[in-house]
Amino acid sequence: MLNVNNILETIKMIDEEDLDVRTITMGISLLDCADSDIDKSCEKIYNKITEKAKHLVAVGEQIEKEYGIPIINKRISVTPISMLVAVSGGDPVKYAHTLEKCAQAVGVNFIGGFSALVQKGCAAGDRELMEAIPRALAETEHVCASVNVGSTKAGINMNAVELMGRVVKEAAELTKDRNCIGAAKLVVFCNAPEDNPFMAGAFHGIGEPDCVLHVGVSGPGVVRAALAKAPKDLPMDQIADIIKKTAFKITRMGQMVGAIASQRLNVPFGIVDLSLAPTPAVGDSVAYILEEMGLDSCGAYGTTACLAMLNDAVKKGGVMASSSVGGLSGAFIPVSEDAGMIAAVRNGTLSLEKLEAMTAVCSVGLDMVVLPGDTTADVISGIIADEAAIGMVNSKTTAVRAIPAIGKKVGDELEFGGLLGSGPVMNINQTSCNVMIQRKGKIPAPIQSLKN
Amino acid sequence: MRAVVSVIGKDGVGIMANVSKKCAEVDANIVDVSQTIMQEMFCMVMLVEIDKLKVEYTSFVDVMEKYGKELGLTIHVMHEDIFKSMHTI
Repeated sequence: MLNVNNILETIKMIDEEDLDVRTITMGISLLDCADSDIDKSCEKIYNKITEKAKHLVAVGEQIEKEYGIPIINKRISVTPISMLVAVSGGDPVKYAHTLEKCAQAVGVNFIGGFSALVQKGCAAGDRELMEAIPRALAETEHVCASVNVGSTKAGINMNAVELMGRVVKEAAELTKDRNCIGAAKLVVFCNAPEDNPFMAGAFHGIGEPDCVLHVGVSGPGVVRAALAKAPKDLPMDQIADIIKKTAFKITRMGQMVGAIASQRLNVPFGIVDLSLAPTPAVGDSVAYILEEMGLDSCGAYGTTACLAMLNDAVKKGGVMASSSVGGLSGAFIPVSEDAGMIAAVRNGTLSLEKLEAMTAVCSVGLDMVVLPGDTTADVISGIIADEAAIGMVNSKTTAVRAIPAIGKKVGDELEFGGLLGSGPVMNINQTSCNVMIQRKGKIPAPIQSLKN
Repeated sequence: MRAVVSVIGKDGVGIMANVSKKCAEVDANIVDVSQTIMQEMFCMVMLVEIDKLKVEYTSFVDVMEKYGKELGLTIHVMHEDIFKSMHTI
């Protein structure tokens, strides 16, 4: 017989501590859909996605019911659309509309892959796609976009950094009557992973198989609850042990769900992304975990150290629980999606500079950060360049998902609703970096790139 | 295949009998029961075989959860694999 305490522990995790599988994401290659006629290309995409993913939502819901574990999102990631634009030419927004139609037809929450990889420079289709992002995001609801502007191997493409500053601003401006939601669906990456199941940055890398199923687990609330039981004088290494054990359990659950889903969908199982992804629900917060470790508020000195240990312990615990770990794997720090982060910004303890430091040790980067509406495109490019530099030098993924709140100023709030939450407009350093950004060109790859 | 039926709530007369009766109605064979009172809360965990259910497994889940609400208890029916995967190496 199973241990009763274990059973009750699992039930408590789900009922009270917001344990869930955050997403099952089907990655679909669109390389065989490329056609020199854009309309034919779109038609092939629609047929392929709606065929491959027709049972995705139903199977997700079936597993939820049978196993009693919530699966919050069912998503699709596709080959970077810039590659299809390269073949077909034409208006990339047509592809966005096709993806939107697919998302609605199969009932997924998001579809990612309106993307371009330009870390070393733009090939055919890349620039057209990047320039089309603001319109694509304004005219669709479920489509997510991402651009990789740098990598440890290639350095940072400053032409793309300059352009993406303007793209982020325009994406917000075109959706200013909808809480600037366009910018919340756009991520600018350095070292973007090709098998990431999390939005808005998911795309299906070209090294991936034709169709694959990834799982993203979550569970900040569970880790927080486990740490809350620890005495205040427990040494940090033992705190790390508690996190590892908890991450192991969470990941095992994700592994099981992924294996069952891939079997039922007859699609190979890709990876488990063992991430602590917060939601705006009170308690389901990464900031609260850091505070549980002994900080009065997230953002206090010590935050970066706590986050570094948390991120590392999550990976160590998770890696043994899964046969294949990938994606972003670690702790996310999206401001608007995390009740503790929102509180820390409101009370002034968490600044953009501290968040930037945290991104050097977390799993991604500056995420869901709301900027004043009058922030210039150059300043946004400067933020992107700094984040990319942290990722490039540390051989890790970094990203910027910043939302300029058009028409709003410091202290105002943006309400996105749902998992995206709400964010206070942050006070940021508006000093100009115009000359540096307008130099463009590229930042050469660092010495770390020479590993061969 | 086996599922875990967990029953948590305020203690009272006949909980075990009522839940067992409901299982019997759909031919869910109870193979193990563990029950305890924790801080005045009634906690029962039943392991039931679900291969020969008279109804679909998913509707058994719904029926039991609904029945729990009628009795003022929280009843979950979950496939045993989830506990095995989380708590064993």
